[in-house]
Amino acid sequence: MDQIYEILAISLGAILANNFIFSQFLGCCPFLGVSKKVDTAVGMGIAVTFVMGLASAVCYVVNRFVLTRFGLEYMQTVAFILVIAALVQFIEMFLQKSMPSLYTALGVYLPLITTNCAVLGVVLLNVQNNYNFISSVVYGITGGLGFLLAIVLFASIRERLVFADYPKCWDGFPIALVTAGLMALAFMGFSGLKIW
Amino acid sequence: MNLKKQFMEGLLTQNPVLVQVLGMCSTMAITTSFFNGLGMGVAVTIILTLSNVIISAIRKIVPDKIRIAMFIVVIAGFVTCVDLLIQAFVPALASSLGVFIPLIVVNCIILGRAESFSYKNGVAASFFDGIFQGIGYTAVLLVMCIIREFLGAGTFGGGLLGVEQKGIQILPSQFPIGVLKLPVGGFLVLAALIAAMQWALAKSKNKEESK
Repeated sequence: MDQIYEILAISLGAILANNFIFSQFLGCCPFLGVSKKVDTAVGMGIAVTFVMGLASAVCYVVNRFVLTRFGLEYMQTVAFILVIAALVQFIEMFLQKSMPSLYTALGVYLPLITTNCAVLGVVLLNVQNNYNFISSVVYGITGGLGFLLAIVLFASIRERLVFADYPKCWDGFPIALVTAGLMALAFMGFSGLKIW
Repeated sequence: MNLKKQFMEGLLTQNPVLVQVLGMCSTMAITTSFFNGLGMGVAVTIILTLSNVIISAIRKIVPDKIRIAMFIVVIAGFVTCVDLLIQAFVPALASSLGVFIPLIVVNCIILGRAESFSYKNGVAASFFDGIFQGIGYTAVLLVMCIIREFLGAGTFGGGLLGVEQKGIQILPSQFPIGVLKLPVGGFLVLAALIAAMQWALAKSKNKEESK
C-alpha cells in the first residue's frame, strides 16, 4: 500500500508540482529549441518520455548491480551518460528498422536527447532520492510526461505569439522566456497539492 | 590567433549564454546567490578549458563518426574530477548546487564549443577559447545572481562571508520582490538580459552601418 501512495506522490510531483522544466530547470534547451510548432513538440515530448523511462530502468540496474557492488559509485556520471548515449543510439536503430514512420517524424530530435539534461537529471535524482526500481521507472516516465505537458502547452502559446505586439529587441528567445516564466508562475499554483 | 578579438567574443559579441543561448538550464537554476554563481562559473570554466585542450589535442586521431561520444567521455571524466574535488574541499557549494554539478556533462556550452571550435582549431587557441568563453559564462551568472539576489532578497554577496547563505542587507527586508528568488525569476531576469543584449548589438550594428 505504501508503494502505491509513493507512486502517486511521485507522479503528481513530477507532472505538476515539481515539473522538470518549470521548477527544476531540467531540459530547458530542447524546451526552448524545439517548441516552435506543436507537432514537433509532441514528437519530442514522447521521445523524451520514452527515453527517460527506459534510462531510469537501465541505470537503476547498472547502479545497483555493477557500480554499488564493486564500489565504483564515483563513476556514476560517466557510466550513466554512456548508458544514455548507447540507449539513444539503440532506440534510433530500432525505430529505423521497425517503425520508419515514427523515425522520420522524430528525425534530428532523437540524437539530441543524449544531451538533454532532463534525462541525466532524472537518473541522478533517482540515485540521490534512493528510489527503488519501481519508483525510479515511475519517476522517469512521469517526469517525461511533465516535460511533454510543458512543451506542448508552451508550443501552442508560442504559435500565438506571432500575433503579439512587443518591442523588437525582445524578439526570439526573450519573449519565449517571458512566456515560460509566466507558465512557471502558473505551475507554482500546484505546489501545495496533496493526494489525500 | 587574435586574443583580444577572442576575449571580446567570449565576453560580449559571442557570449555563450546571451548570444549563442547555450547552457540555459544551469544559468537559470543556480543563480540565486552570489556564491553559487561564482562556484558554478569557475567549475564550468575549468572543465571547459581542460576539455577544449584535450579535444583539440586528439582531434586528428578521432574518427569523425564517433566524435560526439569521445567528446562526452572526455567531458564526463573532467566533470567527475571537479565534482569530487568540490565535494571534498567546498562541501557547502556541493550541497547547494546539488545535481547541477554532474549535469555540467550535458551543458550545451561545453559540447557546443568542442564541436564548433576546438575540433577545428589548435591547442593554444582552444585553451584561450575555453578560458574566455568560461569568463563570459561566469560574468552572465554573476550579473544574474546580483540582480536576483538584490531584487529578490535585498542582499548582496550571499554565501561569500561564510557558509550560511546570508549576504549584506541593503534593501530593508520588507521591500524585495520575493518571486525573483523562485524559478519564475530565473526566466524573467534571463529574458531581460538577452533582450538588453539584442538591443545593444542591434544598436552597435546600426552605428557601424551609418558610418
